[in-house]
Amino acid sequence: MTATDTTSATAWRPSRRRSRERLRESLYAAVFLAPNVLGIGLFVVVPVIAGLAISFTNWDLLGEASWIGIDNYVALWSDALFWTSLRNTLFYTVLVIPGGLILSLLLALGLSGKMRGIRFYQAIFFLPYVSSTVAIALVWKWIYNPDYGVLNVFLRGVGLPAPNWLGDPTLALVSIAIVSIWQTAGYNMVLFVAGLRAIPKHYYEAARIDGAGPITIFFKITLPLLMPTIFFVSATSLIASFQVFNLVFVMTKGGRAIPPASMCSTFGRTGFRSSKWGTHRQWPTSFS
Amino acid sequence: MKISKIIGALLLHTTLIAGATIALVPFIWMVATSFKLPSDILSTAPTWLPREPTFRNYELLFSYIPFLRQFINTLFVTIVIVLGQLLFSSMGAYAFARLRFPGRDGLFLVFLATLMVPNVVTLIPAFIVVRNLGWVNTYMALIGPAVLGSAFATFLLRQFMLTIPAELEEAAKIDGAGHFTIYWRIILPLVRPALAVVGIFAFVAFWNDFLWPLVVINSESLKVLTVGIAGLASGPYGTDWGVLMAGSTLTVMPLIVVFLALQRHVIEGVAISGLK
Repeated sequence: MTATDTTSATAWRPSRRRSRERLRESLYAAVFLAPNVLGIGLFVVVPVIAGLAISFTNWDLLGEASWIGIDNYVALWSDALFWTSLRNTLFYTVLVIPGGLILSLLLALGLSGKMRGIRFYQAIFFLPYVSSTVAIALVWKWIYNPDYGVLNVFLRGVGLPAPNWLGDPTLALVSIAIVSIWQTAGYNMVLFVAGLRAIPKHYYEAARIDGAGPITIFFKITLPLLMPTIFFVSATSLIASFQVFNLVFVMTKGGRAIPPASMCSTFGRTGFRSSKWGTHRQWPTSFS
Repeated sequence: MKISKIIGALLLHTTLIAGATIALVPFIWMVATSFKLPSDILSTAPTWLPREPTFRNYELLFSYIPFLRQFINTLFVTIVIVLGQLLFSSMGAYAFARLRFPGRDGLFLVFLATLMVPNVVTLIPAFIVVRNLGWVNTYMALIGPAVLGSAFATFLLRQFMLTIPAELEEAAKIDGAGHFTIYWRIILPLVRPALAVVGIFAFVAFWNDFLWPLVVINSESLKVLTVGIAGLASGPYGTDWGVLMAGSTLTVMPLIVVFLALQRHVIEGVAISGLK
């Protein structure tokens, strides 16, 4: 009688203790995670779901909403402005990503070896990245000024044509892409330097013993082993270029003066002023 | 051999100095313009240094917009958000890294998924949420959505916490320490470098934030610096480049000072965040 009691007790007690411990840990987790879940849930998860839902309605943010199915998407499809903004975004992306990638990789290769002043150079190249994009956009708008901007004054001085950098739509996209590359090159460079340092040294030694030249080493060892970093930098640049807003908004008066360079600026241009929020709501969603 | 090495180093440094000049020239031009008189600015033969250095642009800046107030707004909002994110994201990270609970991996995936969502996608629905809370045109609209932590900060801190060996806490657990004690006394001090990275990132991001403050604030006295100077640029004084450059200089300077003071942590932090 007592023997069976103790065996059943020993079999039963630890599992009950374990389940109580589990419950306690879950309660702690709930307390530790409550602020995060509340903040991210209320201001990211709920908005994403609500945004998707609103895009199937004709809600104007104030009145009654009624379900209109995919009408907004149909309207979007036949909206010329949407296609213009999409084309602009793709053009801008094609400019920014290869240009930025190659420039920051070259900077990183220059800084990856052992030499004096690496930290000094890194700090300077990184400076544009920490600076406020709005302030930077104003500074570049001033540099690009067609009449008194320092760039055109210099170009005229050496006898070159001085274009209206932000006036012509295509050229404006190029000008903004240059600012974007200038601003992010230092950040991507730091990522590349870290990636280069992570490549084991003995791969290079082995290749050199086998008589490989610097170009062979770069294409056969450095580049393949750097692929994870290249992928990471490309992915983050791609996301950023599809989201470009501040530069375009400040440099081209909210995209009103010239066709907008991105979906987001178009959205900024029309979304805030339109009464049909549902129509413009889903533009970014459909591309995220 | 020796000579070719010297030539190589010379070439490398020349290229790097040229690059560094390109990185710095816009800043130098910004500061120089901010101390110039209009006649000096609108000149077809501009000089690097102001011909007659003047504080005119700074004086006008302070009279056109409540710049000091907007500076203090920015500082206050940024600091509150940074402290909130450090506390709440490190708590969330502790739960993900150290506690077992049902649905943990699923919830973590949701956190990761929110990292992929562009800000503009949530802009208008988040505005509706803030409007329903009655926060529009208050400090709460600026602080509330960010102060409870960010998925990015939680993710980064969790990755750091996972690298801390569990043996360190075992002794504390045997001594009867609870999870709050372990989190506060053992884990937090060990992830200090990661906290520095998260704090600096958040400081830069919220000091420079533009779109959200632009949407939720409309009174001049509650605006942050980015919205203030962008408004100045699109207003009647939008062609007074001296004033705009004075505003840009004062907006950028605090960040440059913070960055130069902490540049080692920032650059190491970026490198680590890329390798994780």
